Amino acid sequence: MPIVIEKLTYTYQSGSVNAFTALKDIDLTIKDGEFVGLIGHTGSGKSTLIQQLNGLMQPTSGRVIVDGYDMSDKKQRAKGRSLVGMVFQYPDYQLFDETVYKDISFGPRNMKLDNDEIDRRVREAMRLVGLDFDEFAEKSPFELSGGEKRRTALAGIIAMYPKYLVLDEPMAGLDPAGRRAVLEMIDGFRSQLGCAVVMVSHSMDDIARSAEKVVVLRDGRIFTCGTPQEIFSLADELYEMGLEPPFAARMASDLRRRGLLLPHGIYTNEALAAALAEYKGGRGNA
Amino acid sequence: MLKDITLGQYFPADSVVHRLDPRTKLVLLIMYIVAVFIVKDIWVFGLVLGFMLFMTAMSKVPLNYVLKAIKPMRLLLPLMFLLNLFMIRTGDTIVSWRFITITTGGVRQALFIVLRLIALVTGASLLTLTTTPVSLTEGLERLLSPLKIIKFPAHELAMMMTIALRFIPTLLEEADKIMKAQLARGADLESGNIFKRAKAMLPILIPLFVNSFRRAEELALAMESRCYHGGEGRTRLKVLKFGWRDLWAILIMAALIAAVVILQSNLDIDGYIIGLLRPLWTRSA
Repeated sequence: MPIVIEKLTYTYQSGSVNAFTALKDIDLTIKDGEFVGLIGHTGSGKSTLIQQLNGLMQPTSGRVIVDGYDMSDKKQRAKGRSLVGMVFQYPDYQLFDETVYKDISFGPRNMKLDNDEIDRRVREAMRLVGLDFDEFAEKSPFELSGGEKRRTALAGIIAMYPKYLVLDEPMAGLDPAGRRAVLEMIDGFRSQLGCAVVMVSHSMDDIARSAEKVVVLRDGRIFTCGTPQEIFSLADELYEMGLEPPFAARMASDLRRRGLLLPHGIYTNEALAAALAEYKGGRGNA
Repeated sequence: MLKDITLGQYFPADSVVHRLDPRTKLVLLIMYIVAVFIVKDIWVFGLVLGFMLFMTAMSKVPLNYVLKAIKPMRLLLPLMFLLNLFMIRTGDTIVSWRFITITTGGVRQALFIVLRLIALVTGASLLTLTTTPVSLTEGLERLLSPLKIIKFPAHELAMMMTIALRFIPTLLEEADKIMKAQLARGADLESGNIFKRAKAMLPILIPLFVNSFRRAEELALAMESRCYHGGEGRTRLKVLKFGWRDLWAILIMAALIAAVVILQSNLDIDGYIIGLLRPLWTRSA
């Protein structure tokens, strides 16, 4: 069963003078196992939207249904929330326990699992995020490096085996190698746990690489939603909105403007390389 | 959740009271407290409360804003009133029924304690309503600076207050984020007895503390890299000026204290009124 969002509107401090409507009339479905990329400029409502997914905020009007559980209802919310794992931007907001092992087991312990199952899940989660069990399990989370902290935070959510994994800018502040590692990890969870992923990112390159569906938010509304191919063919519109289309999409657009007859819908480096090779091959043959 | 809490209750307006030097306002508050405590006659107290109302009117702060300060004492005030009413046994006895005895001294004392508390709290809240936290700490620093001779860290104290005030909203916002992150991990903050709930707060308090220490270190580094080295030789963008307005305010306050002292040493209105009312209880007794 999917997450269904119907006519979702959210207003901060509704009824007061400072009332601010962050989300307007959002309709969106997140299917099982789907990888959804969520993009939008700062203040477009991305963070507000993902907090609706596990009931940390409730809609002012409209509904959020997670696998049949209505997130506006207090009792159903707890059940719905256990299906949605949420990783926040900064691991510092989450790590608190004495050891990495204990910290990762916090979520599973709250789920009231038995100790063997918790132990199994913690080991599995640490393996999936690439933290060596013998080296890290007994370390304090506060003496880790930035990247290791982020892995620990991720593992803390993974160990809950969420059906939907929601990531708020998981790559913020990481170097290119770190970004790649996180992306590969996310792909790893997806293939091994079969969870759906909702990823918020500023970097369209990262979204272009893995997402099956891309949602573009603008001023609290869904500006456009579709496959990466459909979205990134709008490279110029995205650029106008203050977003940076993927490198390959921009390059293809520039090359086309210079008269190279490249096909539309190129948004990954691999596709661009292939198209260019074909183009050169075609000319060479002629 | 936590963002709804408002701290620092400054009420922005353009009034004579707002424009007073913060040092003047601090001194006025101290003088006002002295006045409140030297009053011994309930009817002279009307003078002090009248002055309070006059200042509120001058400050353009709505009266109900000032009175809001009394709200947290809504339990304390009746309790103090009743305790004094029943416990103090001086003067004439008005009512004597089984173990309950009410005397004129008790009534006076009960009224006094309530009026004093109200006068003190509204006076202090008028100060914070009309003075921004930053100028308040600056005023405090300047008032305390003569104590630097005996190595009292006036500047450091003021700087600490400023920083603390500055970071209250930041901390609240951060606590909100941490709470959400732990709720998303299935933390249960609402059920269980008080010990369980206190224990459930740990996953929120620990990251909050760790982050605060880190931020304090970063702030210290940022201040040092801009050559901050304490108060010595430090100049200000806005220099406080003690003007005619301030002198007048202090003179008026001094006049109030003088009036209180003279009035109650020459008149005994309370005694007069008690004398007038005495037939009421002597007849029934």
